[in-house]
Amino acid sequence: MSAKDPQAYPLTAGMEMNGKAVGLQKYEALGGYEGAKKALLQMGPAQVMQEVKDSNLRGRGGAGFPTGQKWSFVPMGENAPNTRYLVVNADEMEPGAFKDKFLLEGNPHQLIEGMVISSYAIGASVSYVFLRWAYKEAAKRIEQAISEAHSKGYLGKNIFGSGFDHEVRLHTSAGRYICGEETALLTALEGKRGIPRAKPPFPQICGLWGKPTVVNNVETMANVPHIIRNGAKWFKEISRSSDGGTKIYGASGRVNRPGAWELPMGTPLRELLEIHAGGMKDGYKLKGIMPGGASTEFMLEEHLDTPMDFDSVPKAGSRLGTGTLMVMDHKTCPVGLVLNIMEFFARESCGWCTPCREGLPWLTGILRKVEHGDGNPEDLEILNEHIPLLGMGRTFCALAPGAIEPLQSALKYYKQDFEAHIEKKTCPYK
Amino acid sequence: MLTPSEIEEIKHEVERAGRGLNASVEALKIVQRQRRWVPDEELEEVSKLLGVTTHELDAVATFYSFIFRRPVGKNLILVCDGPACWMLNGHMLAETIKAELGIGLGETTKDGEFTFLPISCIGLCDKAPAMMINDDVYGGLTPEKVREALKKYR
Repeated sequence: MSAKDPQAYPLTAGMEMNGKAVGLQKYEALGGYEGAKKALLQMGPAQVMQEVKDSNLRGRGGAGFPTGQKWSFVPMGENAPNTRYLVVNADEMEPGAFKDKFLLEGNPHQLIEGMVISSYAIGASVSYVFLRWAYKEAAKRIEQAISEAHSKGYLGKNIFGSGFDHEVRLHTSAGRYICGEETALLTALEGKRGIPRAKPPFPQICGLWGKPTVVNNVETMANVPHIIRNGAKWFKEISRSSDGGTKIYGASGRVNRPGAWELPMGTPLRELLEIHAGGMKDGYKLKGIMPGGASTEFMLEEHLDTPMDFDSVPKAGSRLGTGTLMVMDHKTCPVGLVLNIMEFFARESCGWCTPCREGLPWLTGILRKVEHGDGNPEDLEILNEHIPLLGMGRTFCALAPGAIEPLQSALKYYKQDFEAHIEKKTCPYK
Repeated sequence: MLTPSEIEEIKHEVERAGRGLNASVEALKIVQRQRRWVPDEELEEVSKLLGVTTHELDAVATFYSFIFRRPVGKNLILVCDGPACWMLNGHMLAETIKAELGIGLGETTKDGEFTFLPISCIGLCDKAPAMMINDDVYGGLTPEKVREALKKYR
């Protein structure tokens, strides 16, 4: 990725394939921290917020909520609470996702700069990176970047002589998927058992320690310096869709070149699979794709011309999610795969609300029975009946609704596979 | 019992965090650094330093996958059980570990050298199947590569 045009590939320009981070000097040579300087010296917080709104940057954690709009719910002005927080969600634990790791390890200063600018926009003097336990290398690189940014005056008191003070703190978690849910993340950051909170009130009003808080994903933050430096208009132009910017896409499974790539937002699924991932391995045919992690519905061959952006993927019955594809080949058992995913969600349920705590282990048990050849036709009815019972509005957070997305689409697209397990009393893929 | 330097470190974390409970995860990690797990006695000591009840602190300790309330071995073998690794037969690596060390998931070798646990997707999906041993990550695993990796910790 070394010789890439920073105007077209802002997030990964300067990143090398050797696995090392873009160092501070190199980042500065690419224009690093100029966005922060411009924001703090030439723009007011409201102007920064407006620029991000105009850019159509949408949250890269998976939900795609417009970032500028998210910020605008933070109470500002003289009568607003003085203490506000920015929290970066770097708890990437969505199975199949590795895009934030790629950015954290590849260019930690880009994250820090995004945090400084975003914190300035919402008036936060302290921000946190909530990092997942397993990302040990990322932790070292973030710590180093924080300390380097301090020594150059990009963090600390009176940054660029603007009068704006800011500190970034790193919190490394101890391993639990639910902490990626924004309200559970805040509860965990307060040192408590990380269970989700009821919304409203939303974190922008009542977040960390009851103060107005914005929670943004790593990739979202990484985009902010470039939007400020190059403008909202440029950001919209580098995209192939109405959502602004580029996207870190990726692919895993039996493809020729698994990996992660920065491409214009809205790049069609077919291009990702056939060009960037190099197509299916010899002897393997495409059976389905989970486009954005384990909590997204399968997409099929017929969906390959879908532009991969937040509004187009739902038209094909799924969600963009993290944009890191898990590609299932025709020799992989879809029942076994959904069982693996359901085991994960059942284990990671925080246990706070009943449908998730009781429902997911129940579904896991039924799926295990079917996969191992002990299922009967009524089991499929029970699975189908549970889908609305674990849906949105029945639970505190999106864990259980996310968990049933792959099951729901598997029951629809791979019904014959489920039935074959029951008829043959064994897994036909074994 | 906590050592004087551990007590100092925990106090420092409490100060940095502003109030006791905020430093819970950091404090538990300090306890684990040498012992590798959190025994009842130390849990109680930490709760006093944090100004919370033992139950409040245990609620946190038992919540996380990598805060251990039971002894674990010197080396942690964490094999990714995410779907990307599963598709590439990551679950079969357990057989290699069983053959090499005689332990299954959740077990510790008799000599206390190794504990074998599952870990949720570790973001090495493009290098599946993957695992961690302590802080080291390994991708593109085959039974042979697992055997090679284990040698480094013996």
